[in-house]
Amino acid sequence: MSRGLVITGLSIALGARVLIADLDLRIAPGAIVTVMGPSGSGKSSLLAAIGGWIEPAFTVSGEMRLDSEPLAGVPPERRRIGILFQDPLLFPHLTVGENLAFALPASIRGPERRQRIEAALEAAELSGYADRDPATLSGGQKARIALLRTLLSEPRALLLDEPFNRLDSELRDRIRQFVFDHARRADLPTLLVTHDEQDVAVGGPLIRLGS
Amino acid sequence: MLRLFPGLTTALLLLPLAAGLGGMLLPAFGFLPALGGHSLSLDSWRMLYAEPGIDGAIRLTVVTGLAATFLSLAVALLLCAAIFDRPWFRRIDTALGPLLALPHSALAIGLAFLIAPSGWLVRLFSPWATGWDRPPDIASVQDPAGLALVLGLMTKEVPYLLLMIVAALGQVRPRASLILARSLGYGPVTAWFKVLLPQIYPQIRLPIYAVLAFSLAVVDVALILGPANPPTLAPLLVRWFTDRELARLFPASAGAILQLLLVVAAIALWRLGEIGLGFAGRPRLSSGGRGRHEGFLRTIGAGAGGLIVGLGLLGLLALLVWSFAGPWRFPDALPERFDTLVWQQRPAALLGPTSVTLTVAVASVLIALALSIGCLEAERRYGLRPGRKALLVLYLPLLVPQTAFLFGVQVLLIRVGVDGTWTALVWSHLLFVLPYIFLSLADPWRAFDPRYERVAGGLGVGPWRRLIRLKLPMLLRPILFASAVGFAVSVAQYLPTLLIGAGRWPTLTTEAVTLAAGGDRRLVAALALLQSALPLLVYASAILLPTWVFRARRDMQAAT
Repeated sequence: MSRGLVITGLSIALGARVLIADLDLRIAPGAIVTVMGPSGSGKSSLLAAIGGWIEPAFTVSGEMRLDSEPLAGVPPERRRIGILFQDPLLFPHLTVGENLAFALPASIRGPERRQRIEAALEAAELSGYADRDPATLSGGQKARIALLRTLLSEPRALLLDEPFNRLDSELRDRIRQFVFDHARRADLPTLLVTHDEQDVAVGGPLIRLGS
Repeated sequence: MLRLFPGLTTALLLLPLAAGLGGMLLPAFGFLPALGGHSLSLDSWRMLYAEPGIDGAIRLTVVTGLAATFLSLAVALLLCAAIFDRPWFRRIDTALGPLLALPHSALAIGLAFLIAPSGWLVRLFSPWATGWDRPPDIASVQDPAGLALVLGLMTKEVPYLLLMIVAALGQVRPRASLILARSLGYGPVTAWFKVLLPQIYPQIRLPIYAVLAFSLAVVDVALILGPANPPTLAPLLVRWFTDRELARLFPASAGAILQLLLVVAAIALWRLGEIGLGFAGRPRLSSGGRGRHEGFLRTIGAGAGGLIVGLGLLGLLALLVWSFAGPWRFPDALPERFDTLVWQQRPAALLGPTSVTLTVAVASVLIALALSIGCLEAERRYGLRPGRKALLVLYLPLLVPQTAFLFGVQVLLIRVGVDGTWTALVWSHLLFVLPYIFLSLADPWRAFDPRYERVAGGLGVGPWRRLIRLKLPMLLRPILFASAVGFAVSVAQYLPTLLIGAGRWPTLTTEAVTLAAGGDRRLVAALALLQSALPLLVYASAILLPTWVFRARRDMQAAT
């Protein structure tokens, strides 16, 4: 059984318009692959196809496998693929701690739940922030909580949709490093989509999509 | 299962409409075997035409309906043009909401208490200014020309249309357009009519038609404020349909179809007017005229708008004063003393209708919420694209006059043997509650950032838990607001409650309207006050509850 995210011959079209043609992609656990391209080049559709929320109007062909299991037809919540968007999208009606607990699988019970959340807060350098309103966090703090929320759900892969775009340049390098470090440590196959050269993971493969 | 919701909802709305209209069409053309009508004929129409006072009733219906709609729109537009550039204008929808929650009939009763010959206005100015020491013999309420009826309709329709205009303005970047036009030398009122109105008119067209249809077919307000002999067509139909002489059903059915035709003709006439005005007005848009009489128009707009809104609020105050009034001789401006006699002596007369009002409203709101949310979720999950047809289905129960199809529904229910049941009553309220709840929930629901659901999906959370844990709480504010709107709509229903409830389920509205003609004034005031207080309380909770629940969540506070 081969681990990681393997895509073979993936094509995505909207009506007659072909967005992605015959894409092959293999992302090993712990590897970060970057996909670059201008807007309209099909980056979002690629993420939607892998994440499982692509609109029915699109036609998708080819094969996507995660840890050897085919993804086609599996609903998003059963794929176990974490996603980070440009905005941290912390749920505004929950506390920071509740946001993290929301992600934790129900099978983890009792005191272990609290320990896992405490550990995540510590990793985000936000110990003692569990009862805080997410709206009171800074941009960098929100980004770190968003990543740790995703990791707590024990994903098998990670999708990054220009997650550093909204951060100012100084914060950006630090958050990028933080995300990459955690993704590698968790041994996750990671797909980063961006239109910014700076974001390309050092040493990782780069794929350019035409316009 | 979710896939069935749009179809189920459409059926729930259209079935009674179709059945009711069909149930009127047959007897209107002579077919009603139960009463010996076995063949198609035009006898019903001949009988209708032979009814005394029918021409007068038709003329009165058309004139008051068109006048109320035209004047309400004119006042709403002028008022909007006059106050549009005030800083508090952004928050006007919050101020208008409570006014919209008031039932038509309560506003009409309040207005009657104000302008009747022995009403508050005459008392306030007598005898020192008028010289009257007994109520003057003038028909200021139920006047033969229907002026009081038009005024009563306006107290409700001006705020409604104003709110629809505000909502439409939200979609066209009004401030930028206005600033641009004014920098070109156009006065604010002229800029409003030349630049903004053409942009928003298509979006307020359906609400205007709904106002027109309502004004032409209104029953409760016409019973309270409209002329009695001849009345407008709608109350006349109610009189015939509830007549003991069953043969009256034939001309009454023809009358119901006539009511529908009048509404269709009035809407067509209005549409023609729109086209004509658009054609004639187009050259003026680019004629370069920067506007004259700006100040005058602003004064008229603010004055007329203020007068209408003021009359509505003052009428509400009159209800409050009257329901707590002790002995009150005629020209005195206030009663000798206040007491709670009517509240203490007649608890049964108040409590019974209150509980029926509450249970029917809560049930219809909950069902409408479930159906609306189901439809909106189905739309999202299956990528459905509801078009203009879906919007029309929602507006149909608001456009087809109640008097045209409810009698037909009633006849059908009697045949099936479920007339007067609580379920039938709730369904009849649902016809009018559902469109309002769906329309006010649709925009916030569709605007919900889909990425929240994708993030949650990536965390392994399925669609139902996403709905319950994320969407419902995050959309709590619009959900409660829509519920408050639906609640107010249900509380205000008169004809469905009277007909479909078969008189077995008296609500605050049916009791208030029935007693308004000559009942105990204090009891009528108390009923109308409760009728206004319930929706107002629900509306206030809908605003305050989310603020309190999410007091410690900054991003969940209402945007200001």
